[in-house]
Amino acid sequence: MGRIEDKLQYLKAKNEKALIFYLTAGDPGLDVMEALIYGLERAGADILEVGVPFSDPTADGPVIQAASQRALKNKTTLSGILHLIEKVRRKSDIPIVLFGYYNPVFIYGCRKFAKRAEEAGVDGLLIVDLPFEESPELRRYTDACGIDFISLIAPTTNNDRIKAIAAQSGGFLYYISITGVTGTAKPKPADVKKEVHRIKRITSLPVVVGFGITTPKEASAIAPLADGIVVGSALVKLIEENSRRADLIKKAEKFAADFKKAIKQN
Amino acid sequence: MNKILPDKQGHFGEFGGRYAAETLMPALIELEEAYAKAKRDRIFQQEFRYYLKQYAGRETPLYFAERLTEQLGGAKIYLKREDLSHTGSHKINNTLGQTLLARRMGKKKVIAETGAGQHGVATATAAALFGMDCDVFMGEEDIDRQAPNVFRMQILGARVIPVSSGTATLKDAMNEAMRQWVARVRDTFYVIGTTAGPHPYPMMVRNFQTVIGKETKRQILKAEGRLPDVIIACIGGGSNAMGIFYPFKNDRRVKMIGVEAAGKGIASGLHASSISAGKIGVLHGNKTYLLQDEDGQVRDAYSIAAGLDYPGVGPEHGYFHKTGRVDYVNITDAEAVDAFLELSRCEGIIPAMESAHAVAYAMKLAPKLSKNKIIVINLSGRGDKDAQAIAKKMEGTIEHGQDRG
Repeated sequence: MGRIEDKLQYLKAKNEKALIFYLTAGDPGLDVMEALIYGLERAGADILEVGVPFSDPTADGPVIQAASQRALKNKTTLSGILHLIEKVRRKSDIPIVLFGYYNPVFIYGCRKFAKRAEEAGVDGLLIVDLPFEESPELRRYTDACGIDFISLIAPTTNNDRIKAIAAQSGGFLYYISITGVTGTAKPKPADVKKEVHRIKRITSLPVVVGFGITTPKEASAIAPLADGIVVGSALVKLIEENSRRADLIKKAEKFAADFKKAIKQN
Repeated sequence: MNKILPDKQGHFGEFGGRYAAETLMPALIELEEAYAKAKRDRIFQQEFRYYLKQYAGRETPLYFAERLTEQLGGAKIYLKREDLSHTGSHKINNTLGQTLLARRMGKKKVIAETGAGQHGVATATAAALFGMDCDVFMGEEDIDRQAPNVFRMQILGARVIPVSSGTATLKDAMNEAMRQWVARVRDTFYVIGTTAGPHPYPMMVRNFQTVIGKETKRQILKAEGRLPDVIIACIGGGSNAMGIFYPFKNDRRVKMIGVEAAGKGIASGLHASSISAGKIGVLHGNKTYLLQDEDGQVRDAYSIAAGLDYPGVGPEHGYFHKTGRVDYVNITDAEAVDAFLELSRCEGIIPAMESAHAVAYAMKLAPKLSKNKIIVINLSGRGDKDAQAIAKKMEGTIEHGQDRG
């Protein structure tokens, strides 16, 4: 069993929801990122999504687009990110999902990537623009390395597709709670409830919800409806606004702790 | 080569496919199914042909450029006059096809990306014709370069939405259009302007544009009693080229040449030659040749011609390159500007700066071929939109051609 499954089962046994944070690797810099990871873990983050910056992030809203641009300006590369994760693994067992677009992985080489990611201690992979129809060219390597292939489900995904997607996924399913790019609209709890229910009738994989949750209050409304929630743009924004401040890590910890508290109250 | 491509998932060999966010996948599948039905439907095809003829002014002439031929002293040169189409370029063929399809699918809103503005104008035009709401995404850099087309779109009732991310050119306009489409996918049709994007776009755009090649075939057979020896077209995303090449792909004796933009020279790094100088990668929903760095970050393309300023190329062009069916060459800004002026003065035809790249290559090639050879250039658009930028660029240096016979 991998770290992601372990963690989700552990939380389930305690009747808790997974708190997942997304952050763009390399914004503000990989060294700061390492400290951020430990800080978020201390504050109660259960799983982290580490964003691999890409020049053309077509599924992201303005906040993560800007973060990707800054990360690329800082010369962040996939191999640098894998190196960082390897370093983190010496101190932490927090499950880590690499989140990004296909081209940087494709250029790195799918086979080489799978091997390096496994060595570094990557637990899961979420490639936004790699639907299940195209994913075998990567999964043939990553599956063999025990890396969970995590898939997105959108409000527009019909039941047949959910079935096909679930059959080829591991770890958890990520339900996109809005029809839009990251961080640009608010999910409606009633819709999320219905949709998560629809997904759960088809698969036994855990379902987490993200793409628009920005405040602890929203988190507390959405978390009970699923197995976990993802907070991305709001954290990236906080990092952006405080990137030059000495208390960045403290601020991020406080931010994460507030979310943890909010979803635990349920 | 006689295989029917793409395959069911939109692959042309190793190229193409459907690398899209899950939110869009159902819409792409819906589009694929709707297009497959429309393609088989005689009424849809009749409608499409009707608008091409009565509205867009097809067929466009295949004009024998006698003076240019004489001046170059080699092969006979014919120009396929897409510049005479309504809105001034071949783009209208595709936008009529796609908006007719959008109407059939019950979508009342269309969005589009545009570089030179030709596709934006053609989409705004078709949207006006069918009473649809139209948003066009355009890079800020291109808005400056192609101001006349911005006004045309606005006159036609479209909203032009400036895109400032990245290099603020065609690639970024396409990124933004895709983001908008994700958010509005339920009621909005995305009219992609070139043979790129996720399946079924490269196939669908190709099929709407093949009217160019089919007419050319008929016309050259009538004029010369045989097929041409060479067909030359410029390549940005590659829709005009695919439109004229595709109907000739099984005519092995017809040599086909795609001309990419070399900008300030390949060595300068400032160019848009994704086939000559790029690597295979994935962008905008398909696998194809891309300008990119060693980490898979897409590089900025550059060309004097806004419509060629794209770091990728349609996946079927990737396939034609790999299989050797089409030769891909390149032409610099300076060569294109020379050809732009040359054709204007020699034939009284001001070509689009994009098409001037094809003319420039023909000007290099024709003198090397004997007089009984035939070259067809796809003159994909007219250059009125470029006049201002060229005048500015040439200020003080433009020679007045009064003594050129």
